[in-house]
This record gives sequence, structure tokens and C-alpha cells, in this order.
Amino acid sequence: MWHQGRCWFFDDDVDTDQIMPTRYLALRTAEALGPYALSGVDPAWPPRVARGDIVVAGWNFGCGSSREHAPLGLLGHGVACVVAKSFSRIFYRNAANIGLNLMVLQQDVADRTQGRDGWVDVANGRLSFDGGATVLQGAAPAPIVLEILAYGGLMGLRAAQAAKATAT
Amino acid sequence: MPPQTITERIIARHADRDAVSPGEYVEVRVDQTWSDDLGAPITLGLLETYGIAEVFDRDRVFITSMVNAPAHSIETAEVLKLIRELSRKFDITLYEMGHAAIHNAKAIELGKTLPGELIVGGNSHACMAGALGCYATGMGSTDIAAILATGRTWLEVPRTIRYRYIGKLRPWVTGKDLILHTIGRIGVAGADNAAMEFVGEPIAQLEVEERLSMSNMAIEAGGQNAICQPDAKTFAYVEKIAQRPWQPVFGDADARVSEEIVIDIDALEPVIAAPFLPSNTTSWCEVKGLPLDQVYIGSCTNGWMTDLRAVAAILKGRKIADNLRVIVIPSTAQIYRRAVEEGLAQIFLEAGAAFSLPTCGPCIGAHAGVLADGERCLATSNRNFPGRQGALRSETYLCNPVIAAASAIKGCIASPDDI
Repeated sequence: MWHQGRCWFFDDDVDTDQIMPTRYLALRTAEALGPYALSGVDPAWPPRVARGDIVVAGWNFGCGSSREHAPLGLLGHGVACVVAKSFSRIFYRNAANIGLNLMVLQQDVADRTQGRDGWVDVANGRLSFDGGATVLQGAAPAPIVLEILAYGGLMGLRAAQAAKATAT
Repeated sequence: MPPQTITERIIARHADRDAVSPGEYVEVRVDQTWSDDLGAPITLGLLETYGIAEVFDRDRVFITSMVNAPAHSIETAEVLKLIRELSRKFDITLYEMGHAAIHNAKAIELGKTLPGELIVGGNSHACMAGALGCYATGMGSTDIAAILATGRTWLEVPRTIRYRYIGKLRPWVTGKDLILHTIGRIGVAGADNAAMEFVGEPIAQLEVEERLSMSNMAIEAGGQNAICQPDAKTFAYVEKIAQRPWQPVFGDADARVSEEIVIDIDALEPVIAAPFLPSNTTSWCEVKGLPLDQVYIGSCTNGWMTDLRAVAAILKGRKIADNLRVIVIPSTAQIYRRAVEEGLAQIFLEAGAAFSLPTCGPCIGAHAGVLADGERCLATSNRNFPGRQGALRSETYLCNPVIAAASAIKGCIASPDDI
């Protein structure tokens, strides 16, 4: 789980209504929701984002509504990883459950120039810039979350567990 | 056996353990789950994709279509149609129209959310049920799909923060004011992933449905769950409706909590949360006279009979101000019928309010009261993030039901003493 991509910076307390506004909730696939990701913060943001880009947010990212459409939209738009100082619990679970990479990094990023290149190493909890000259150490996800991500999401893990139970 | 908080004891019981500790990851049995017309299409779609033929126990599962029902667009009509088809396929009870209700209120009204139980609902406000002395939390569509398949889920055992309320409730101060005040004090992540335990004499004084308004908004402080120790009021409330045997659970007096926060309410006046965070709170008198375009009374937070009766007592024989519009929405179809039977509906209609069928619509800006650019709404709901009720530059102020009712008469933010 190692990605290089352009970083897009967001402030604290971005709630899921802003990540995926209510008017798009009749959609239900990542692909359909993708073009509207984070449009409740800035409607001009989605067209600027390329596949493999990274979202770097502040505290309490994804607070509010439990709508899974929020991480689905980020995944569908090709966001490779969401890095935040902290995540709201439901968003965090939802994102891991659909295989969207997450990382907690409490340190401030000094240079928040939109679109600057970054490298993220989820399993080791690192975000680096400037070709590795600047390395910020965050926290790797809990073992259960890494396991869910390794199976591409919760349903993949549950299917594997069910298959194992049947086999034994 | 180490002493346990009520939250820890319920989780331990559902993990078939004697005790659990904060920070542990555990696998638990789920007593009840549910979904709505936002989450169900994704949840049931996953069951199809993964070839799961039936749910773990159809008596512990339901879906309620009410966010976008009755359909208000071709797109929402297609979603509601899909839910009907998939509910039939998986033999899941679906409530809509004359049986519709906001999800978390429906689970309580059905008598399937009982003291000592472990409840996981497919909506962030599932935490509301905790005021009945159960562990209740909200999750997203995939977590609910996994529960439908297995009857189980994983939890990180939360640390418990105890909120000890002291003092006397002043006139027009409700459970909603206590929770808004608490969120204002601790912030929107002030109880991040914690169990919020509400204790103290003011909590004992509150009606059960006011306690439910409090636990409802735990998520607005980041809480994993909120809980009250069950008491005689709780038992009287659930005994009438319980649909299965239940066993209350209590915490130990010597259980360790991570923090105890004392909140003195002696001087507390009704609270308003101004845009754009539920923690942006102030006393109602600081925003007294603020002009409004809409007043919305309802949502899962304040659409109970207790709330509607308090509102009707203020609206009775009065007329809503000409400069604004008012929408009153009960949480459930059963409450709607009772409001008609008790004559409350007549009072709302004679005052000039719209009295609508159960829906979350206006709270999340879906339908039945969406705000236009620049409009301002005073709402008894739970969130006021940017664009929550509609246009990105609309504004939502949160309050209790009696402030909403008085403001509807006055035409601006007001207290019942002003009319």
C-alpha cells in the first residue's frame, strides 16, 4: 500500500454531507458518485483531481451522516488514500469496508500548496514530500483494519472467513 | 471480575465474555439492525453480489423507506422500487407509507430496542436508543450487510466519559438543551469514539423521550454510543412495547471511567446552535429577534409525542407569523395517528403549519422543506453543517421544540415568554 500522488488539503470537521451532498444519494455506485466527491466543500474540486491523488485533511474528517456514498465517491473518483489528523469513526469504518485506504497523521503539513506531490505508505503510517526529504510519521491502521483492507473490504474478509469455516 | 461500566457490561455479554476493556477489539452478537432507503440499496446490493441467500434472523431486521418516500423524483422512485424488490427477495420486512417511520424511532416503537441489548442501526443517529439502557451505535451500509449475513460485527470497546449533570432545569429547558450545551462545551469531536454516559438528578427528571433526544446527538460530539442507566421511567416506557424478553444491565458503581465532566445547569437557558457546527452554541437570548424564513419541528431528535405536545401547547389558539413558513413532522406514522387523535394535528393546521408525514426529508435537505440560497431555518433537528438543509449558503440554527414553536408565532427567534 504505497502511493504517489498529488495532495489536496482540507480543513477540520469536513462532514459527509459536504463530501457527498444529499442530492446525489439516489446514486449508489462508486463510479456514479465519483464526479461529486467533496463538491459540498468546493464544486470546482472534483474536475481538478486525477486518479491516484491523495486527500490530506484536518481533525474529525467525515463527521456527521453515516452515508457510505461519501467514501464511495472518493473511491470512485480515484482518490488513492485519505490522510487526516483524525477520522470520525463511522466514516473510517465505511472507508476501510469498501477498500479505501486511510491513514491517521496528527502532524501539521507545513507546506499546504494544493496539488503538490506526496508519497503515502499506509501500512507504515508515513506521508512524505520532496522526494523523501520530508517524512511525516503517522499511525498505521489497527490490525483488523489492515486485514479488512487486505481483502479489499469487509465483505471480502467475511466471505473468506465463511469459506474457511465451511472447509474445516 | 473487574468492575464494568454499563457499556462495557453490555458489550462483554454480547461477546460472551465476563469483562472487556477500553481499546480492545471484540466480535459481538447484534440483537437488532435496520436500514433505510439511503443505505438499503447498497446493503442489499452487497448481499446479492456476495451470494448471501438469507438474513441471519428476519425478526431482528427491518427496512423503512421514508427519507425520499413518497418518491419526489423519478430517480428516488426507482430507488424505492428497487428496495421493494430486494426486500421481497431477502424476505425482510419493509415499512413505508402509512407504516413509515424514521428508522431509529421505528426500532424503539416496535419494541425491538430494549434495555441490555446491543443495537447497530444503518444510520449515524442509531445511538439514540442508548437512553433506554442499551448499547446502540450507527454504522454504514457495508457493516450492516455483514451483520445481515452473520448477525455479528466487530467493535473497538469505547472508553466511557461520564457526564454528571447537577442543578435544576429552568423553565423551557429540555433534554435537547442539555445535549446542545454539552456539545458546545466539549466540541464536535469531544467524545470521539467514546461512550457518553449521562447521569445526575436532571437526567432522572427528564421524560424518557427527552433523554432520547440527548443520546440521539451523541454522534454530534463523535460518541460511539450514549447511554443512561435504565430506571423506573425506562421500564414503564419499554414494558408496554417490548416484543421479546429482555434483561436490564447496570454498570458497577466502582467501574473506571476515562473522565467525569460535571455540568451545572442551574443557570442554563434554552440553547441555540448557530451555523455551521452543532458545537457553535449560545444562549437563545444572544440571538433573540433573529429573522427566519422557515421553522422545522421534527426529525429523529425531536419528533416524539412529548415534543409535539409541548409544541401544540404553545401553538394552540395562535397564528404563525406571516413572514415565515412552519413544517411539523412526527417521527413515525404511529405518532402521526396519535397526534390526529389527540387533536394536535388540528392545532398545527389552524395555526397555519404544514403537518407532514414521517420523513427525514428537511433535516438532510432531501425534500419537504429544502432551503434556497441565503435562507435561514430554525430547526429542532441535529445538524447545521454547510448546505445540510439545502443550498450551500443556507443557514440552520438548532434549538428545542418550545423555542421553535414560540419563534414560529413571533416570526423571529423567541421564547414562549415573549408571545
